[in-house]
Amino acid sequence: MKKGKRKGGEDPRFRIANREALIGVGLVLLNFALWYGTAYGLGSKPVEDYHYIWGLPAWFFYSCIVVTLLVLLLVILSVKYLYKEVPLDEEENN
Amino acid sequence: MNWEVVIPLLIFLGSIFVVGFYASRHLSVTSSFLHEYFLGSRELGGFILAMTMVATYGSASSFIGGPGVAYEMGLGWVLLAMTQLPTGYFVLSVLGKKFAIVARKIKAVTLIDFLKERYRSKAVVILSALSIIIFLFSAMAAQWVGGARLIESLTGLSYTAALFIFAVSVLVYVIIGGFRAVAITDTIQGVIMFFGTLVILVGTVIAGGGIENIMSDLSAENPNLISPYGPDRSLTPLYVSSFWLLVGVGVVGLPQVAVRAMSYKSSRGMHRALIIGTVVVGFIMLGMHLTGVFARAVLPGIEVGDTVMPRIAMEVLPAWVAGIVLAAPMAAIMSTVDSLLLLVSSAVVKDVYLNYVKPDASDRTIKRFSIGVTAVLGILVFLMAVNPPDLLIWLNLFSFGGLEAAFIWPVVMGLYWKKGNASGAMASLLTGVGSYILFNTFLPNAFGMHTVVLPVLISFVSYVLVSLLTVKRHEETQALVLENMWKA
Repeated sequence: MKKGKRKGGEDPRFRIANREALIGVGLVLLNFALWYGTAYGLGSKPVEDYHYIWGLPAWFFYSCIVVTLLVLLLVILSVKYLYKEVPLDEEENN
Repeated sequence: MNWEVVIPLLIFLGSIFVVGFYASRHLSVTSSFLHEYFLGSRELGGFILAMTMVATYGSASSFIGGPGVAYEMGLGWVLLAMTQLPTGYFVLSVLGKKFAIVARKIKAVTLIDFLKERYRSKAVVILSALSIIIFLFSAMAAQWVGGARLIESLTGLSYTAALFIFAVSVLVYVIIGGFRAVAITDTIQGVIMFFGTLVILVGTVIAGGGIENIMSDLSAENPNLISPYGPDRSLTPLYVSSFWLLVGVGVVGLPQVAVRAMSYKSSRGMHRALIIGTVVVGFIMLGMHLTGVFARAVLPGIEVGDTVMPRIAMEVLPAWVAGIVLAAPMAAIMSTVDSLLLLVSSAVVKDVYLNYVKPDASDRTIKRFSIGVTAVLGILVFLMAVNPPDLLIWLNLFSFGGLEAAFIWPVVMGLYWKKGNASGAMASLLTGVGSYILFNTFLPNAFGMHTVVLPVLISFVSYVLVSLLTVKRHEETQALVLENMWKA
């Protein structure tokens, strides 16, 4: 494990933490855009003109079910490929 | 009394007790009572972390209040409920590793421990502790009312008797078991919430003759029920979107959620929790609110929103299954209340008493005092809930928004912005809570957005501006903080 004794140096784990926080923000923004776009993009026309998928109005099917699954998939991929495992405990105790 | 419904509930309560006793064994062997009682010695694994996050967050409003409103408003309210999806991944990503690492560096047990080390200001500590105690106390009272009403409607007992049963069930395991008992019971409760949601959703779809049938029933009654805009088209996109801030992103500022972000054992556990939490929160929110909407086609004409869930469960399911399903809202309420109780207790014991009244208390004294305070708080909430205020969902949202506006920036900016200082945090706390109360009283839902939006913006601006204006004054403290928190 790294000794982390560089003078004035920041804890190297923070770079990873900062990056992951930004990924979290990115995910939320994307989540919001998809949710908003599908819900109001498809749902703003008159109800008589709605399309239905599995019995549900298309706007609902996409914004609440497809987007939720898609975001979940993105979370899984981010965790798998972008998030890094770091030791959390104080290094000096080792 | 409807025994077929009551027996599963009793079994549920019984197993919760067993867990409480199991967890209390850890307390008798631990070397640091405070760490164990208020944080479970930072030993949570991924699954338990995810479940305790979701269960603490998912409350009476997710299972009783929310579906009741969805019954009234139609699919538009389900769309709104899905703004809660980020709670599964956002909180842990944003607070995530940084918070866990920093908390270990400074040996923080509570959220306020973190604020204390980060800002080194007595005023910030006291004000935060007070906001936690006041706001969470009222949130807790609202949840107790929900719990008691639920028992009342299921068993036919009087409200006070129901409240008493609820109070005793929660108090015993929280008092004797502390955080570990809360986290493990939350996990059981979360699992019950998950499967309860599944069963009731499927049951309601079948009773309604399939989704297609339900949709055509609803649109025959009022086509707007299946639009995103609500029956009277009052759900504007702006209003619904503003819930992203209240229940999606702002949750980062809730102390009961934030404290969980420093309770886990390893980053591997946190990674698993991110995924599990997203699955569970997405499924529960979608399933429960959708059930509320579907219920309208099965049982039309229910007047009181809060009774929709209990009634639909008893209508579409065999009695004993309904008992199991109705243990889900019970579990949701208990798992929220237990965390709040412990958090308020930690604010009193750790943040006020140990910081300023008796810093040199012995471990024995701390132990007795912690257990005593938790018990007294529980009894106080009980007394408040005996004469309850109405409309629990709004009461709940009030303390929710107030706390978010208060804490989101002192916590998030405190973690990621080195220039943030005590004056900024103080300004942020004051303007956050203050403007929330003012807006809520005089200009609710200003400009068509949920009340929380403007206070959160205002507290952000005050945090940044005041921190920048007072750079000189805090130079020495800031250097020390950088040394303690940021250095490798």
